[in-house]
Amino acid sequence: MTFMLAVIVGVLYAAGTYLILRRSVVKVIFGLIFLGHAANLMIFTVGRLTKGAPAFVPEGAEAITEPFADPLPQALILTAIVIGFGVQAFTIVLFKRTYQTVGTEDLDKMKSTDQLPGDKS
Amino acid sequence: MSWIIMLPILLPLCTAVIMIFFRRSTALHRILNAAGTALMLGVSLVMLGSVQTGGILSLRIGGWEAPFGISLVADMLSSVMVVATAFIGFTTALYSLGTIDREREHYFYHPLLQLLLMGINGAFLTGDIFNLYVWFEVMLISSFVLLVLGGRPEQLEGAIKYVTLNLLSSSIFLAAVGILYGTAGTLNMADLAARIPLLGHRELLSVVGVLFMITFGIKAAIFPLFFWLPASYHTPPVAVSAIFAGLLTKVGVYAIMRFFTTVFIHEEAAFIHQVLLFLSAFTMVVGVMGAVAQYDMRKLLSFHIISQIGYMIFALAIQSPLAIAGALFYIIHNIVAKTNLFYVSGLIQRLKGSYDLREIGGVYRFYPMLGLLFLVPALGLAGIPPLSGFWAKFIVIKAGIDSEHYLLVGIALCVSMLTLYSMIKIWNEAFWKDDPRGEGSVEDEGYLLIPSMKKVMMVLPIVILGSVTIVFGFWFEPFFELADKAAVELLDSGAYIEAVMGGRS
Amino acid sequence: MYSVILATASRYLLVLLLMFSVFLLLRGHNEPGGGFVGGLVAAAAYALYFIANGIDAARTILRFEPLNIIATGLLVAIASTLPSLAAGEQFMTAVWIDTGVPLIGKVGTPLLFDLGVYFLVLGITLTILFSLAEEDRP
Repeated sequence: MTFMLAVIVGVLYAAGTYLILRRSVVKVIFGLIFLGHAANLMIFTVGRLTKGAPAFVPEGAEAITEPFADPLPQALILTAIVIGFGVQAFTIVLFKRTYQTVGTEDLDKMKSTDQLPGDKS
Repeated sequence: MSWIIMLPILLPLCTAVIMIFFRRSTALHRILNAAGTALMLGVSLVMLGSVQTGGILSLRIGGWEAPFGISLVADMLSSVMVVATAFIGFTTALYSLGTIDREREHYFYHPLLQLLLMGINGAFLTGDIFNLYVWFEVMLISSFVLLVLGGRPEQLEGAIKYVTLNLLSSSIFLAAVGILYGTAGTLNMADLAARIPLLGHRELLSVVGVLFMITFGIKAAIFPLFFWLPASYHTPPVAVSAIFAGLLTKVGVYAIMRFFTTVFIHEEAAFIHQVLLFLSAFTMVVGVMGAVAQYDMRKLLSFHIISQIGYMIFALAIQSPLAIAGALFYIIHNIVAKTNLFYVSGLIQRLKGSYDLREIGGVYRFYPMLGLLFLVPALGLAGIPPLSGFWAKFIVIKAGIDSEHYLLVGIALCVSMLTLYSMIKIWNEAFWKDDPRGEGSVEDEGYLLIPSMKKVMMVLPIVILGSVTIVFGFWFEPFFELADKAAVELLDSGAYIEAVMGGRS
Repeated sequence: MYSVILATASRYLLVLLLMFSVFLLLRGHNEPGGGFVGGLVAAAAYALYFIANGIDAARTILRFEPLNIIATGLLVAIASTLPSLAAGEQFMTAVWIDTGVPLIGKVGTPLLFDLGVYFLVLGITLTILFSLAEEDRP
């Protein structure tokens, strides 16, 4: 299971990296989302997978017994997903507005902010 | 007393919430913004005082013991940075009163400023790495909105670059946090500092270190990760550019400082310090070269931010107590001078109607006092004695010579010359030469039409920040002692661990 | 796109879903649930009503501005941190009061915080939804 997740994380990273290098802003958004998911899944995987053992102290016992699943990575991922959701929603709206205002979705054409004033090409 | 750590975070949140309730009254927003930041400045000064006398403060949120819950920690470094944040926040709030238009105010300019300050303060005060990520995101999302507020095409174009690269940095941050948790089993900085020297999997730790360096490097705009900065910082209104220029990149520098002097201090980290040293030289040179080529004042100043970051990283990478103190003093001096220069450029634009140095001129002839107001931060930045920049560069270079990095010292000195050159360029073009469009152009009269209250609000922050630059220069010693104390504290991670893990306050 | 069936159903579903969302909020006490999920369900209830009856009707039945709901949520969440200071505990430590009343039982600041989250999620989701809906208007 860990191996499979590792492969998925790798594929997501590869796809995300490929996509953010594209010229189309839509693909860049997908790339960013993939990278976010890859990171989340990676936290999940490196937090060590333990199946069917929630971290509850059984009734009457003082401490939890091994093995138990570490709940912290899941809490981290939940926070990261919520934050990522908000930021990605903002990004999508921003890219849409940019497309409407600038009139292109080709990143190579969006270079006015990097040019020296005067050399309009 | 430790609950005072919460106040720099809670105050701006409360102010923002009240503003959202009364969102139709922009007059109230303005008053609340200025009052809220003034109060924050007061609180942060009290906090600095209590940290100075009583040592490191730590607050365990929810009463959970240190490595398990989230800790907020205020040591000297954090409290100094919070004071600087509150101070820049206050002056920006004043400056916004004179420059921000009603439309932006209506679209939540003031609450966003408060939330930005909350994010920055949170990032400075947290003692937990994942919490640092959360505060980074709070800071980023408010900065995203502030950047695009107004929606002009160049703003949106700049924002695309800013947002994409910063989101990339966030996802790298997240990955680094994940691997670190998998390796060390904790995310509390103090706990990490205690545990990392004992861990196995050293090679994974190096990977984590490099990932963190890239993340914070993007935020701090070091070479070769800075390209988002000159593409976006000149697009929003100048009050926003000023607070971004002053504070946002410094959060990245702070994170590098905290990380690679408190947490990652094992022998593998020496490699990262070598890399940082190498990159700092490029950062200094490339930044200043970019600045020299520019004619847009704000772009010129944006490139300067990068060059100045190089000095801070250089000092950080040396790692001697003197160098760390120098880096901290450099950060504070730079926050003040850089923000001030942006304010001045905004004022010149108001007078002459353009940021382009080729189109304007003759400012000195009509506004000689403005010339003085410009020269204080400009010469301060270039490092002319007795202004603050001289001392900042002096310490950094002294530390460089002590540690025998002669080549880097030489580069730093040359870059200093180029900095002075580009400041003189602004002076020559904007102040000294005649106005290419002839005297008494329309913009001059337009300036007379600005209500005098607004004029005061534009000039007052410049005067305040300028006098701070002078005070840093003439009464250098007490400030350096503060920085020195912070540096000693920072390098002694034992005290930090003790305060967070064992502190009962 | 007006559908009589959906419009009629949404009126009853709104009430049911809102009740369910409050149930989820209170259940989050000890079991899966809580302010976040509750807020989402409540937002879904209004979203359904908006799809069936249009944006104006949805705004009318909501009565409050979504932005005010966000601010209220934040305010409630901030207020939930204050009792810990009064009790002299670390910041945000949970303070519980045993009311002794059956069915209600212990009431504490985490519940208040959850309520804040509930309002916040409801407000934010509706703000996003409503502004997207109003963008298409001339």
